Amino acid sequence: MSGIKAPEQVDASSAGAKVSSSSTPISYTALAVGVFMILVFVGVVGLVVASFFNAVPEISWPSFLVDSNTTVKKLSLMVFVVALFIGVMALLLLLVDSRKRVPNWTVAITFVGPALAALLLGLIWPGISTIIQSFYGRSPWADSERSEFVGFDNFATLFTTPEFQVVLRNTLIWVIVVPLVAVALGLIYAVLIDRTRGEAFSKGLIFLPMAISLVGASIIWRFIYEYRSPARPQIGLANQLLVWVGLEPYQFLLNSPLNTLFLILVMIWIQTGFAMTIISAAIKAIPDDIIEAARLDGVSGMRMFRYVTIPSIRPALLVVWVTITMTTLKVFDIVRTMTGGNFQTSVVANEFYTQSFRQFNFGLGAALAVLLFVIVIPVVVYQVRQLRLSEEIR
Amino acid sequence: MTTSNPPVPVAPTAETGTPKRPRKLTKAEQRAIEAKTRLTSPWATGIALVMAFLWTVPTFGLLITSIRPQASIQNSGWWTWFTNPEFTLANYETVLTGSSTAFATYFVNTLVITIPAVVIPITIALLAAYAFSWIEFRGRDLLFVAVFALQIVPLQVTLIPLLTIYVDVGLAGSFWTVWLSHSIFALPLAIFMFHNFMKDIPRSLVEAARVDGAGHVRIFFRVLLPLLTPAIAAFTVFQFLWVWNDLLVALTFAGGTPNVAPLTVRLAELSGSRGQDWHLLSAGAFVALVVPVAIFLFGQRYFVRGLLAGGVKG
Repeated sequence: MSGIKAPEQVDASSAGAKVSSSSTPISYTALAVGVFMILVFVGVVGLVVASFFNAVPEISWPSFLVDSNTTVKKLSLMVFVVALFIGVMALLLLLVDSRKRVPNWTVAITFVGPALAALLLGLIWPGISTIIQSFYGRSPWADSERSEFVGFDNFATLFTTPEFQVVLRNTLIWVIVVPLVAVALGLIYAVLIDRTRGEAFSKGLIFLPMAISLVGASIIWRFIYEYRSPARPQIGLANQLLVWVGLEPYQFLLNSPLNTLFLILVMIWIQTGFAMTIISAAIKAIPDDIIEAARLDGVSGMRMFRYVTIPSIRPALLVVWVTITMTTLKVFDIVRTMTGGNFQTSVVANEFYTQSFRQFNFGLGAALAVLLFVIVIPVVVYQVRQLRLSEEIR
Repeated sequence: MTTSNPPVPVAPTAETGTPKRPRKLTKAEQRAIEAKTRLTSPWATGIALVMAFLWTVPTFGLLITSIRPQASIQNSGWWTWFTNPEFTLANYETVLTGSSTAFATYFVNTLVITIPAVVIPITIALLAAYAFSWIEFRGRDLLFVAVFALQIVPLQVTLIPLLTIYVDVGLAGSFWTVWLSHSIFALPLAIFMFHNFMKDIPRSLVEAARVDGAGHVRIFFRVLLPLLTPAIAAFTVFQFLWVWNDLLVALTFAGGTPNVAPLTVRLAELSGSRGQDWHLLSAGAFVALVVPVAIFLFGQRYFVRGLLAGGVKG
């Protein structure tokens, strides 16, 4: 087998692949690329370390790179960046692909190096830094003159101050209500329109809100909730409906605690489409044999739904549930755009923003971010386990 | 596989190739199954119609509002438009070019932010996913699980340290901050999705290319990339919608600079400062949502495929 391998074949995936190529000369360009990638990686690590010691050097960039103030400049910068990026990546790949023998590690690091460097710089290091910050006071922890270690004080504040207890309570309501209602409505709709005429169109109607930004959706709904005093004509649909049935117009967004539910409605409006899509695909994947067998046993209608459909799509329901829960946990745009977190509607993600970028209380902001992270960890464990399971089945 | 169904002779059709089903059901059988499984009743149809109506009305109401004259918007509900139809593009004109709103500028910003923020992560993730699927190196599986797990890191955790780095390096308030951030945040999900698609490509194809003397780079471009087009399309639609519609990242890194801030930031700002100016808000909202909705309608097939492949992000 190894006899027919090509010289540049260095992959060890099939047994004995490495043996054949020892006589061919090593490609030095490829080697150089590998070394270059390692240097890039070291550079990123260096940046992270420098950031740790608060000693990142400021670079004076050419102004066309960082200061584009006209449309032409912006568009040309965009084209330049895309071209530059693709050019560099193509060049690296071209150099690493040689007729001569290429050490396996150079290929591996060229392919996987950029991603790892980016993740180290943009996710891993910031994550660690924020966790450290959550044990410090208002000032950035790296600022050695002003920072003070406060232990678990920030977390204690979150759980004991009435103001933050409201935030936690609201988040809990969001995380329970949104997945519950969105999955239920998505399931009902998916079953009702399954195999009907114009199914794609009916799906599209429910699904479309997913394409609209949360900010856009918030404006759409704020308009529905718009309040005018009873003497004037209402322009918000919700209040007009109240007036039509003879009730007084209502301040949907001002009156706690119901206002949280009216914000939640926006998220349900968006997430139902997502739930419906996944559930509908799962329903279509139920083997005909099962349905046929059930039918021959005289099962139909509601009992078919209860005893055949639901058990068959349970995994899909679970996935949708978990996903919507996680999305909801981090929801920020709706609360920020509709009430700004006032009138006791704030949630953890919004409070994080307020504390970090409005109050400049970095310790408390970090603690809120870490709280989001901690709540999500059980879900990670579960998902990794599912991933492992599916790999094993393969 | 059930054997209890009556033997019906079927002519072999093109679709019989699916491995799960031993034979294709006849039209009559399919119809019979449908009739039994569907919850067909006037009630069911009614509920579905009501839901579809409720889901469409909010957007429709704002659309109608955006084409009504300012005075009418303030004095009567949009539903009166049906009895008193009026049409004007003045709101769009004001919102796009008016000096206090200038949505045209922000539209360009959004576009300039979005395109690199889609291209860059897809390229990097494709390479990484290839390495995780087809290049053997030590610690590969562990590394992949780590990348997979990073999907769950909430963006909030990363914002302030990243901002600090950008400020230190002198990039604050430029497009680079948004490009870099979006690219990095997209990577775990993109790598995971592309890896899923790549795993499903038959090993024999790659092995055959190897026997023909192709190295990793050639295998990647000649064999895998053409097969991955649907996956790339799926993630493109996905990432495009995500970046275009994002508020948090843009607000953090580019919120204060009109030269960089995207539509969402401006719209949220407008909603806060001029919350009663519905002629501006309605037209503004539609300027912001017309592109993603178009992309979505054209790429719906791919978008759904992406969702089904586990492409969900927060």
